[in-house]
Amino acid sequence: MNTESYLKLIQFYQNYAAMVDQEHWNAWLDMFAEDCIYKVQARENHDRKLPMAALSLTSKGMLKDRIYGITETIFHDPYKQLHMVSSPLIMSESNNIIESQAHYTVFRTKNDGMAEVYNIGRYIDRLRVTDDGIQIESRLCIFDNEMILNSMIYPI
Amino acid sequence: MSQENRIPVAPIWGYEDTSRIPFWAYTSEDIHKQELEKFFYKDHWCYVGLEAEIPQPGDFKRTVIGERSVIMVRHEDNSIYVVENVCAHRGMRFCREKNGNAKSFTCPYHQWNYDLEGNLQGVPFRRGVKQDGKVKGGMSKDFKTSDHGLTKLLVAERGGVVFASFDHSVESFENFLGPTMLFYYDRMFNGRKLTLLGYNKQRIPGNWKLMQENIKDPYHPGLLHTWFVTFGLWRADNRSELKMDEHFRHAAMISTRGSGGKDTQTTNVSSFKESMQLNDPSFLDVDVEPWWDGPTAVMMTLFPSVILQQQVNSVSTRHIQPNGHGSFDFVWTHFGYEDDTPEMTERRLRQANLFGPAGFVSADDGEVIEFSQQGFEQKPFHRSLAELGGKGIEETDHMVSETLIRGMYAYWRKVMGV
Repeated sequence: MNTESYLKLIQFYQNYAAMVDQEHWNAWLDMFAEDCIYKVQARENHDRKLPMAALSLTSKGMLKDRIYGITETIFHDPYKQLHMVSSPLIMSESNNIIESQAHYTVFRTKNDGMAEVYNIGRYIDRLRVTDDGIQIESRLCIFDNEMILNSMIYPI
Repeated sequence: MSQENRIPVAPIWGYEDTSRIPFWAYTSEDIHKQELEKFFYKDHWCYVGLEAEIPQPGDFKRTVIGERSVIMVRHEDNSIYVVENVCAHRGMRFCREKNGNAKSFTCPYHQWNYDLEGNLQGVPFRRGVKQDGKVKGGMSKDFKTSDHGLTKLLVAERGGVVFASFDHSVESFENFLGPTMLFYYDRMFNGRKLTLLGYNKQRIPGNWKLMQENIKDPYHPGLLHTWFVTFGLWRADNRSELKMDEHFRHAAMISTRGSGGKDTQTTNVSSFKESMQLNDPSFLDVDVEPWWDGPTAVMMTLFPSVILQQQVNSVSTRHIQPNGHGSFDFVWTHFGYEDDTPEMTERRLRQANLFGPAGFVSADDGEVIEFSQQGFEQKPFHRSLAELGGKGIEETDHMVSETLIRGMYAYWRKVMGV
C-alpha cells in the first residue's frame, strides 16, 4: 500500500470515530456498504468461536433500525462517547479490498459524571475501496471488557 | 409509617402487606449478607450452567453462586460435580481460568492437588524431608487428606441445565421448583441436547432483587420497552397468564403475542408510531416451534439465581451474580437445540439483538434498575409501591398486575424473618 492510500485509510478510521462521537448517525450509516456486517462482540465469544454478540447487525437495514432504536425507542441515561483509535494495521490488500485492524478505546461521560473507560478492543475490518471512498463491508468490534458497564446504546 | 427520623433505618417492614416494599431491603449491606446466607447458600438451588458448556470429561467452567466462586466440572464417568473454588489449605481462589479441561485441580500456592470431585489427593512434604538421617517437618501424624477436600456442592441436572446447592439437606430440585414451574421448565428443557451460542455479560449497579422483580413485572414491558410495542411483540391485551409456585418465590409470565400493529388499546406509549416498519424485518422473522405449544414468550424467574427466557425464538438463561447490595453481574447464556437448522440458529442469533446489554428491549431494563437503586439510596426510609391488581397475591389470566412481586416479597419476608 502506498503512502497516499494509507493516509486515506487513517482518515477513514478517524472520521468513523468522529462521526460516532458526534452522533452523526446518517454519516455513520453512509460509511457502510449496502451489504454489510456490523458486530460488537465479547472477546470471550470471539476467541472461543461462539457466535453470540452484544450486537449483530447483518444488513444496512438493520443498522438503520438500530439508529431508530437509539434515537426513538430505547430509554437510557444520556452519555457522550469519545473514541481513541490507533493507526490501522494492514492485514491484506487485494482487488480494492483491504483487511485491516485497529485498537480502540471508548471513554463514556455521563451527565454530572467523570469520564470512564467504557469499552476497549479491536476493530477487525473488511473495507472496500471505491471511487466514492472507503466503505465498510464488515466491522467486528471485539471488546476485552468482561462486563459491559450496564448497557450499550450507541455504536462503537 | 415513615422511618424518616430513624437513621440508621431499622429493618422493620412496617406495612400490612407486600404492596409496599421498604427501600432498606435494597440498601442495607447487613440485609444483603443475610440474603446470601438464607437464599443463595441455604435451602435453595442455584444455577451454575449448561451441560453443553462442559461437553467432555475434564471440562470445567468457573462461575459463582451468590458471591462464592465455584467450579462446575465433568468427571471421567460423565457425571457433573460442583466444588467451591477455595483451597482447603490457605483459602486461595486457586482456579483462575474461566473454563478449560483438567485432570485434577492444583492450587499453585503449595501444590495441593484435588481430584475432580474435590477430594484432596496429596500435599507436598506431607512426611517432611529427610536430613542427616532424620525426618524433619511434615504434617501432623493425624493429618488426613480425607478431612481436607474442597467444599462439595449438591448437584441437580435436568434437561441439560445444572443447578447446585451448598446445602446438602436442600429439598429435591423438582420439589424446589414445584409442579407449576416444573411444567414450564420441562417445556423449554425437554431432553433435547442444548447447543451453546455464547454469552453476554453486564454489570448493573443495582440490587440483585430488582432483576427478579423486573421479570415479575408485566406492567413495564408495554410502557418502557417502546420497541416491543412498536413492532407488536408485547401488548397489554395479549393473551397471558401469571403463575407462581406454592411459596410465591418462583414465577412465570406466559404470553401469546397478538397481531401487533394498529389494533385498539395497544399502548399508552406516547412515542408509539402506528406506521413504523422495520427496515430489515428479519429481526422478527419468527418461526413457530412445536415445543412452544402455544405461548410465544415464557419468562421464568427461579428464585434467587436465574431467569429462564423464551422470547419467540430467542432462548437464554440469565444468571444473577450479586456483588454487594448495590450491584450485580448479569450473565446471559444463549443457546439453541441440537436439532436446530442453520436457519434456526441464525434466527436465534438475530433475535438476540433484542436482548442483553445492548438489546432493543433489555438495555433499558438495566438502566431503570440503576436509577431505582439511586432513588433507594437517597431515601432509605421510604418505600416503593406494588399495588397494580390489588394488594393480594394470586395467579392471574392477564398482565395488568404486580402480584408476582408481592408474592416474592411475601416469601422473602418469611425467610428473612422481617
